[in-house]
Amino acid sequence: MKTDSFDVLVIGGGPAGLCACAELSRCGIKVLLVDEGPVLGGQLVKQTHKFFGSREHYAGVRGIEIPDKLQEEIDEKLITVYSSSTVVGIYPPNNNVLIYRDQKKVEEHSFKYIIIATGASENMILFENNDLPGIYGAGAVQTLMNQYGIIPGKNMLMVGAGNIGLIVSYQLLQAGCRVKKLIEAAPSIGGYLVHASKIIRMGIPVQTSTTILKAIGTEKVEGAITVKLDENWNQIEGTEEEIEVDTICLSVGLAPSYKLAVHAGCKQIFIRELGGMIPWRNSSQETSVNGIYIAGDACGVEEASSAMIEGRLAGLNIAKCMKRLSEKACNEKIDDNLISLDKLRSGPFGERIVEGIRKLEGKSYE
Amino acid sequence: MDRIKNHPILDFEKNEKITISFEGREIECFRGETIVSALSVAGITTLRENVKTHRPQGLFCAIGKCSSCLMEVNGVPNVRTCIVLVEDGMTVRRQNGKGVLHED
Repeated sequence: MKTDSFDVLVIGGGPAGLCACAELSRCGIKVLLVDEGPVLGGQLVKQTHKFFGSREHYAGVRGIEIPDKLQEEIDEKLITVYSSSTVVGIYPPNNNVLIYRDQKKVEEHSFKYIIIATGASENMILFENNDLPGIYGAGAVQTLMNQYGIIPGKNMLMVGAGNIGLIVSYQLLQAGCRVKKLIEAAPSIGGYLVHASKIIRMGIPVQTSTTILKAIGTEKVEGAITVKLDENWNQIEGTEEEIEVDTICLSVGLAPSYKLAVHAGCKQIFIRELGGMIPWRNSSQETSVNGIYIAGDACGVEEASSAMIEGRLAGLNIAKCMKRLSEKACNEKIDDNLISLDKLRSGPFGERIVEGIRKLEGKSYE
Repeated sequence: MDRIKNHPILDFEKNEKITISFEGREIECFRGETIVSALSVAGITTLRENVKTHRPQGLFCAIGKCSSCLMEVNGVPNVRTCIVLVEDGMTVRRQNGKGVLHED
């Protein structure tokens, strides 16, 4: 067992984790930040589009520029980073933690406070041959093209017309890939109109009330069969259409990635609006296990902007417990962030999240 | 898959050229990219065989969460090749099933 000089462990160096580090280091708190990826920033490192909202929420800034801005806020002397490393277990009540450092050796540490900011993972949908090579999650497509500079395919079928499906379709055109068709099972496009108009203008055919029935191919994708859906989401016989593509991109939503919280014994509840099963938390972002906090997509799928504020809230609430800042100063900062979060969720697209949070606050985990 | 030549927003700086081996075949790639990105450019899409169905499996999530890209790297099985960077002289093999643990 290592005797640790760190006060807090932050798991995940995406928007939530980096913001938590910023607030903690500002209060003079020493942090160990563990991240699985080779570079910090989480999914921001591949978001080439400009953010919406107000200036305090980085509106007009491209996602790829945000990690550097956040790291500027962090006092490097107070934060130790283990990148390409994985937290593989949390054992309360002393919060002993196993870290697979550099994917090579296991280290054991213990922490009074832990912030879980592990993000989300992509959903899969059911269709024949959905495991064929050449079928990627939308995030994987973004990683290949925007992080590593690779065109993920020549001809693509995009499944899902939420914001991610729309944005990634546009980014595929920028990278030199042909998006042959975008299909959406719902009767209307789910994402912002501004993104939808952009890709329709670029000539990508969008078909709503349509889903994928089958991927064609044996070693890899050679095509796909789509089918129309009626108002009850049943497939309409005779509307099958074959399309020749070498890649299928699934943009069908995300689910919170919170296995570590379950391992630590954090109680879970089901809230559909926040992405299904999630660890229970209070408005301080603390879970049912003493000292373990959670922030960002890991506790409810939302947006990078709200993940950042939740990360700050988790950091500030720990600073308050550690009495590193006067209670008054802490409370003022916490209130500012809560107001900012409310503002972010006040638009029509925030309604679902607000409803989810209302359910969460009304429920105890017992 | 090809590398992007021109992009309206992004610049892709090329690092030092290095070589890895895939199933005995030499593959040129660049320091700083993942094993999967190097394999993709070389046209390799099947990364392993499914444990139960023995069907070919390729990249899916690219952020180390889904296990679809587990391969044997330098003799070690179950390496998530989507988040591990290439190193000069690295040996990469397709993994069948759960892979085999080699004694040191």
